[in-house]
Amino acid sequence: MNRTDMETRIDYYPTHEHDGYRFRRGHTLPFGATIVPNGVNFSVFSSSATSCTLALFRRHEPEPFVEIDFPPEFRIGDVYSMIVFDLDYEELEYGYRFDGPFDPDAGHRFDRTKIVMDPYARVVGGRDVWREQPDWTNLYPHRSRLAFDDFDWEGDRPIETPIQDLVIYEMHVRGFTAQPLARVSAPGTFAAIREKIPYLKEIGVNCIELLPIFEFDEWENSRRHPDTGELLLNYWGYSTLGFFAPKAGYAATGRFGMQVDELKTLIKELHQNGIEVILDVVFNHTAEGDHRGPTISFRGIDNRTYYMLTPGGYYYNFSGCGNTLNCNHPVVRNMVLDCLRYWAAEYHVDGFRFDLASILGRDQNGAPLSNPPLLESLAYDPVLSKCKLIAEAWDAGGMYQVGSFPAYGRWAEWNGKYRDTIRKFIKGDLGLVGEIATRIQGSPDLYYYRGPTASINFITCHDGFTLWDLVSYNGKHNEANGEYNNDGSNDNESWNCGWEGESADPAVHALRMRQVKNALAILLLSRGVPMILMGDEIGRTQYGNNNSYCLDNEISWMDWGLENRNAELLRFTSLMVRFRRAHSTLRKNWFYEHRDRVGSGKPDISFHGTEVWRPDFSPGSRTLAFLLCGKHGEPPHGDIYVAMNTYWDGLPFRLPDAGGGNVWKVAVNTSMPSPQDIYELPDAPRLENQDEVIVGGRSVVVLVSDRA
Amino acid sequence: MALEMSSSVQGVKALLTLSGELDGSSAPAVRETVDRLLSSSPSHLVLSVEKLSFMASAGLRILIFAKQKQPSLKIYFVKPQETVVETLKKTGFYQGVYITDSENIDEAAG
Repeated sequence: MNRTDMETRIDYYPTHEHDGYRFRRGHTLPFGATIVPNGVNFSVFSSSATSCTLALFRRHEPEPFVEIDFPPEFRIGDVYSMIVFDLDYEELEYGYRFDGPFDPDAGHRFDRTKIVMDPYARVVGGRDVWREQPDWTNLYPHRSRLAFDDFDWEGDRPIETPIQDLVIYEMHVRGFTAQPLARVSAPGTFAAIREKIPYLKEIGVNCIELLPIFEFDEWENSRRHPDTGELLLNYWGYSTLGFFAPKAGYAATGRFGMQVDELKTLIKELHQNGIEVILDVVFNHTAEGDHRGPTISFRGIDNRTYYMLTPGGYYYNFSGCGNTLNCNHPVVRNMVLDCLRYWAAEYHVDGFRFDLASILGRDQNGAPLSNPPLLESLAYDPVLSKCKLIAEAWDAGGMYQVGSFPAYGRWAEWNGKYRDTIRKFIKGDLGLVGEIATRIQGSPDLYYYRGPTASINFITCHDGFTLWDLVSYNGKHNEANGEYNNDGSNDNESWNCGWEGESADPAVHALRMRQVKNALAILLLSRGVPMILMGDEIGRTQYGNNNSYCLDNEISWMDWGLENRNAELLRFTSLMVRFRRAHSTLRKNWFYEHRDRVGSGKPDISFHGTEVWRPDFSPGSRTLAFLLCGKHGEPPHGDIYVAMNTYWDGLPFRLPDAGGGNVWKVAVNTSMPSPQDIYELPDAPRLENQDEVIVGGRSVVVLVSDRA
Repeated sequence: MALEMSSSVQGVKALLTLSGELDGSSAPAVRETVDRLLSSSPSHLVLSVEKLSFMASAGLRILIFAKQKQPSLKIYFVKPQETVVETLKKTGFYQGVYITDSENIDEAAG
């Protein structure tokens, strides 16, 4: 045997040929298209197809250059696999034709005339440039492509920041930098976020949560506004085409097919700056809609497996979007697991937020499961063990599981009750003081056995009013969505401060500014994990639109002009985030115990009112104060006294003794004009009267104890 | 626009001049040329790309291929157009290569 024979093993040799293309039996796993020596391994599942054909395209060409039927012996179980040799990886697009019954009553919707996308496609071509008019005659519009594993991560891996230390910033990739005032080289892209990392660091957030970035079709259900003619798109992207593929249109280099590299470069650089990345993932439905929707992938591969169907073969609609992915079918469950592992391992993603996650806890007929196998698998998965898992703990089918989501000690939740309670309290509703005391402790009523880090605290998110609009509008103003203001929630718990919408009245403006600061202060003083919505740190408005899912315009985009105009809000937010970082008692992953655990002479938390030790929990109360003992922190720090007054007039609050020869200093007073509204800690001024502080109407005051 | 290419080896420097568009269809020929240039184990690969107007994924991956074959290789881009530089930057390939305005790469490296 000569040397060449030893070097060149012959495991991968073709056994078949079709039209000059050589191929052989492939590997059943992994699913998808995988580059192997000299070829590409294709593997795809279908339990009900009668045959399968692989269609290979050169990039952008209308017709396949070859179609290869899977010989019967290439099917093992329900998996078709094949290795095709000597393909040009860079230029290749592929898809499948499946033959099988069209029998909707039985759940089958095969259509051999269609070429369908691989559910495991790592790259999807066809929407390479955001908003570029598609070729509607394309017989195969969303095309599977290959991805490469040659990215240089330079030693990066997910950061694994303890969840209690996170401050999350929820943002839309395109909306963050689409506005010209963002002054970036490629607006609306992953690359542009990189240019704005210094801004994220200025706010002080250490985690960004991206609205969906799995490939979706912004043209899905696109339409013109009936009155204005404005083009309305699927802007938010809560409608997945390809679970394994990053959105090409979010990459400046998407037109070159390099979205994978661009996204990885962004994540690597965010990590180098201490910022984690959480992806908002949508496993509750797909872009194929109901029986009237297009056949893109799942429907034409194995409709009955991938979707929840009624006994008559129609689509259950627990998502409000036409269909429901059948997540607790073992095959679909494995796809979800494969997908998340892929993003965690290949993209170094730090965590996931699951849209309408309660659907993931329904069985194949839609009934809620007490021990949902998918949620359990995710919680105990070895690859995902350090990933943050965050549930939106409700669905459109009526399941509301805030506090009762099956958590397995791992899952956190968007705390909708936190949002509602804080909103009502800030606008001055009565009867809330007791619940506020619970919410700022991390909601032990909901998460007693899970700890405060189960609570993702938020007051605003992409879905609903921005923080500025929450204090500027009593009602939603969604006319721009073209649905005559019928869409979006009517349950906003908002208050316009005396005038509906934009106001030139300085008093109205000042009150709104204060209310926004009150909200940010309470959010960042609460135990749990705070989440800030993109732009709330600079008072971004959507002009009262609380459901901007279809608006790719100034209404949805970050307004960078506010960075200067509302510089005082940016300063306030940024110093509040730093205040949180400097005080470890605010960030513990266990609940306050209302007792002295360290021998400091004070309980870790105590509640007060306008009188010391006399919190007013009566139904007519609008005041609450609490004292946090800093000696319970690790590392210890000065005590923190917080007084909240949602009454319209100022009230005097008697103060507990600062103790140990210390004095009270004013860290925050939202009733004061900037820059006296918040101080960097070394500059915090001594409180003149150490026995009492006047808390202005609708204001929050934060004092810290320090040496005189 | 088609790709035009010329190459030579000068001591430890492998020179490759590219003009036109380096896309998926022209990439295999470039890759072959780079492969041939690397066979003389140069320490520098100098790409004169002043007239290269476009570089697709396939083109950039040739650089990765070259680095994989020879990890100590220094890759220089001489006078790249802005579009090429932008692509390099946004995809993170930027840090693996030196951008220079000078054919004299000894100065550029200094």
